[in-house]
Amino acid sequence: MEQLTKQILELLEDDAKLTAKEIAVMLDVDEAGVKSVIKELESKKVILKYLTLVNYEKLGAEKISALIEVRITPQREVGFDGVAERIYRFPQVRSMHLMSGTYDLVVFVEGRNMQEIAHFVSTKLSTVEGVISTNTHFVLKAYKQDGVIMEDQEEDRRLMVSP
Amino acid sequence: MTITTDWSQRINPTVQAMPPSGIRRFFDLVAETKGVISLGIGEPDFVTPWHIREACIYSLEKGYTMYTSNSGLLELREAIAADLENSYAVRYDPRTQLLITVGVSEALDLCLRALLLPGDEVLIPEPSYVSYGPCTSMAGGVPVFMPTGMDEGFRISADLVERSITPRTKMLLLCYPNNPTGAVMDRAELEKIAEVAVAHDLIVISDEIYGRLTYTGRHTCVASLPGMQERTLLLNGFSKAYAMTGWRVGYAAGNSDFIAAMTKIHQYSMLCAPTMGQMAALEALKSGQPAMRQMIENYNRRRSVVVHAFRDMGLPCFEPGGAFYAFPQVSVAGLSSEEFAEQLLKEEQVALVPGNAFGPSGEGFARVSYATSLEDLSEAFRRMTRFVRRRGVRACLISAPA
Repeated sequence: MEQLTKQILELLEDDAKLTAKEIAVMLDVDEAGVKSVIKELESKKVILKYLTLVNYEKLGAEKISALIEVRITPQREVGFDGVAERIYRFPQVRSMHLMSGTYDLVVFVEGRNMQEIAHFVSTKLSTVEGVISTNTHFVLKAYKQDGVIMEDQEEDRRLMVSP
Repeated sequence: MTITTDWSQRINPTVQAMPPSGIRRFFDLVAETKGVISLGIGEPDFVTPWHIREACIYSLEKGYTMYTSNSGLLELREAIAADLENSYAVRYDPRTQLLITVGVSEALDLCLRALLLPGDEVLIPEPSYVSYGPCTSMAGGVPVFMPTGMDEGFRISADLVERSITPRTKMLLLCYPNNPTGAVMDRAELEKIAEVAVAHDLIVISDEIYGRLTYTGRHTCVASLPGMQERTLLLNGFSKAYAMTGWRVGYAAGNSDFIAAMTKIHQYSMLCAPTMGQMAALEALKSGQPAMRQMIENYNRRRSVVVHAFRDMGLPCFEPGGAFYAFPQVSVAGLSSEEFAEQLLKEEQVALVPGNAFGPSGEGFARVSYATSLEDLSEAFRRMTRFVRRRGVRACLISAPA
């Protein structure tokens, strides 16, 4: 990967709100160059989307998430991918990965309450053809997400002026 | 019998005559102002990387709470020797040529005390870090400042060193990358300076605490120059590169007789550097490289932001090649360093350090630290721009290179 591309991605991964101009200043390159790299990354779907990380707990919003371990039977021709697609197409599924180990898929789902998730698992997920078993773990507390500590107590404790 | 104690009569006249750090005075002013964004901080804005803190916690759990040898943990000295050899191809015997100290500050104090006789002169580039002059005086020496300016990028030249030498000159103190200016020396000029040092048999003290924070070219370790290792005392530490200021761990590397002399003073005054700091420093050397590189890359990006900001603002500023300071010329606003700093603080709540705190050649300048978050930097520059516009400073006509 080209050095500039790598640097731009690093910056955007950390702060998607940075403008091409700001990035250009930081990397000491010209703005048009940064714009064209970003555009290319977007069109090639290297950059898929710019998202916002929200701490809903602070709003007291009702939101609950669960991690579900799913065992599935791979199918001829498509392997795991066919069953996987039937699962990840559900909007309740926030992220999903194929895993090595004792189960096949790890599925993160989000809902307004426990019933909603329970309903999704029992009526949608476990009834998908090829799903052998599910094991649902509800999330009690989020400490860190996407590299961000949710309640970071580490503030700037430096003296205001020092030599 | 009444005893009246007039302390000012009893205090050592050298200490009595010493002005308190100019930074300290400004600190009090900042402390009583609200909503301040400070660009006056001489330490990283990163907290020490977690793996280093965690290693220290583990060492405490294991009970590493006793003294270490006077020279410091041998394992740490070995790791430092290996690091110096890998980075700069200079070799030191960890058993006899390295001393772990309480920050570079102690190492500097020790070497001045071990070496100076009353009246010996120490050449110091100016603007200068606030401790060099007073520490020299306290050790009985005479600081001789070599003024530098923006035109030569706040670098000294072999010629300037040569001209500053007298029969009493014993030492040359170098600090590059420089605090407060951010200047770095190029290897070619350092080689010429080394020749002068050899010709006049000077001891060179090289404070390379900001060595890792070099953004333009590669840092030249003074001890790595031909013929210099024998006459150079290399000072370095963990504060800046690994964001470990509060841990107070530094070291001195040099000739074994000299290190032994420093060790004597160290063993009677300090005994050893704090054990937990040493354990943390060991972890920093073992596996701190990726985190360090990331922090340096971060500083470098902000450096670029700072240079652009001053250009847009209309304050002349040479491009700093290292450390995390910029040293813009604030006198174009028609104010002295202190007036600029005080009025900026009062009107826009931005703190920076007036350049004259680093000696007379810093007058007309200010030290701006970019060890601050990007958001704070941008906001501080918005405020500063408003401030200088009110004083008639216009954006430079020099456009950015395409």
